Amino acid sequence: MSDLPQGYTSYPKRREGYDHDLFEWSNIHQRAPVRWHGDTSVAVWLCVSLEWFPIVPDGPFKAPGHMVTPYPDYRHYTARDYGNRVGVWRMLEAFEKAGVKASFATNAAIAERYPELITAIQSAGHEIIGHSTDMNGTIDSSLSEDAERSLIADSLDRMEAAAGVRPKGWLSIARQQSFHTLNLLKEQGLSYCCDWVNDELPYRFTNGLLNLPLNHELSDRQIITVQQKSADSWGESMRDAFDWLAREAQSQNSARILPVHLTPYIMGLPYRIGALEELLGDLSARNESWFASGQDIVDAWESQQ
Amino acid sequence: MKENAPDPGLYDYHPYNARAKVAWPEGKTCAVWVAPNLEYYEIDPPIHPKRNPWPHPAPSVVGYSHRDHSNRVSHWRMAEVMSKHGFPGSVSLSVALCQHHPEVVQDGVDRGWEFFSHGIYNTRYSYDMTEAQERAIIEDSIKTVQEATGQRIRGWLAPALTHTTRTLDLLAEYGFDYTCDLYHDDQVQEVKVAQNGPKQPLASIPYSLEVNDHYGFFVYNMSGREYADTLVRQYERLAAEGEKSGTVMCIPLHAYLIGQPHRIGPFEEALEHIANDGRAWLARAGEIVDCWRNQVR
Repeated sequence: MSDLPQGYTSYPKRREGYDHDLFEWSNIHQRAPVRWHGDTSVAVWLCVSLEWFPIVPDGPFKAPGHMVTPYPDYRHYTARDYGNRVGVWRMLEAFEKAGVKASFATNAAIAERYPELITAIQSAGHEIIGHSTDMNGTIDSSLSEDAERSLIADSLDRMEAAAGVRPKGWLSIARQQSFHTLNLLKEQGLSYCCDWVNDELPYRFTNGLLNLPLNHELSDRQIITVQQKSADSWGESMRDAFDWLAREAQSQNSARILPVHLTPYIMGLPYRIGALEELLGDLSARNESWFASGQDIVDAWESQQ
Repeated sequence: MKENAPDPGLYDYHPYNARAKVAWPEGKTCAVWVAPNLEYYEIDPPIHPKRNPWPHPAPSVVGYSHRDHSNRVSHWRMAEVMSKHGFPGSVSLSVALCQHHPEVVQDGVDRGWEFFSHGIYNTRYSYDMTEAQERAIIEDSIKTVQEATGQRIRGWLAPALTHTTRTLDLLAEYGFDYTCDLYHDDQVQEVKVAQNGPKQPLASIPYSLEVNDHYGFFVYNMSGREYADTLVRQYERLAAEGEKSGTVMCIPLHAYLIGQPHRIGPFEEALEHIANDGRAWLARAGEIVDCWRNQVR
């Protein structure tokens, strides 16, 4: 046993507020009330991740869902791409049937490789959010600032070239950032990111960028893939969440967001898609619900600040 | 404990079926205490050689911001349903929260909650601390909580459940009454500590890993409803057995887990069930330890 250095028990950032300056503390229950479109109280934000996994993993860390077996991992390469070929089309149909709009956090490589999919998303009026280049485009503090700047710029440039639109929102792979990310996203002209899961309403970072929290605990990846629950159990949790948020919004005379983070190769499977369709049917019939894209929610929130 | 001994020598063996009954007030059969962990995790802590706090190089965005959800959103959700159904909290506190977010600590004070120490930060681990370092975190905890809440802390849950072989002896020396770090029983038990000078006993109060919300959601992968059902089953069994033995049930919580919108509703139903049952003594940790101590002296 060797002793710890003396500095291990000194605390230079022990002070009022956070141990960083990225954003300020605030209690959601004491903020000025907000309301959504048509005086609804729960914005249901569908966010679909569109992911292309190169069969050779690379980047600072391996993205969730990436290759598992020794090369060549046909099993995972193809099972992930199933979402882009089949699963997402089921989702698009489900959204159309329910009459709801969604956001699609999309790798630039998806737009380049699968233009039919991008056309369908855009013609249905859904939003495209930047989601790096491909699933090797992870970010963490082991990247140099220049390399990270190039990665973000490259992903946005390629998306613009392929889809004709430059996203205003950004979702990092696995929601992972470096200490440079917020400034680089701002520098690239983005207006919001979805990575910080510490809140249930939008808030503003110190540098002016907005955070629209995309609760990872409510994602199909977390509930179905990590916690191994059934699609019905996922649906039950989403209804329980909606019910609680609607009651809380009413008691505080304010509004809340239910983020529904979907992955086509997870929720788009034949035996699971029905649970999504049922949920969309139920929630779209609720008086309290407003189905909105990330940008719609951010705009509504900003207009009330 | 005995350094390097195969049995750390923390307690004597007392079979469950051969004990005097512990009586709780008003004939209640199960003492139920709720232990919210009010924590602060640092965004960029020093790395301990034996344990890295975060899965990514700082900032580990999901890890940090998930825990921060407690201090912006879910603490109040959890605390409100506890207060509504008559459950006081006994807080496992990262004492630096008194500096970072005094509003959260004050909310517990206003609700009449008890505070004990869970270390300075939940990102600082006690393994391999020198005696001077360990004394420093104990003295810091006593002073910090006294200043923020007016309470002299009586209990300890090691930061991130990390210990040295001298921790429990030091707690007894500093006059602590209970530790939450031992999981060997469903009743309060005596802890064997080094007795240097006047006798300063230390009790072990049942905390729980098994029905801790962290285990429920991330070890056993329960849904919110399955976890609520687990709490009810745990309670029903302990309340029934407690007629003969006098049991303790702890509900250890983290607001960023139990206070998520899909879990808090079912959790409230479990609390309501326990509160309405009639056999539960809804108490603070210190009250439970005192009640037990008065019967074993």
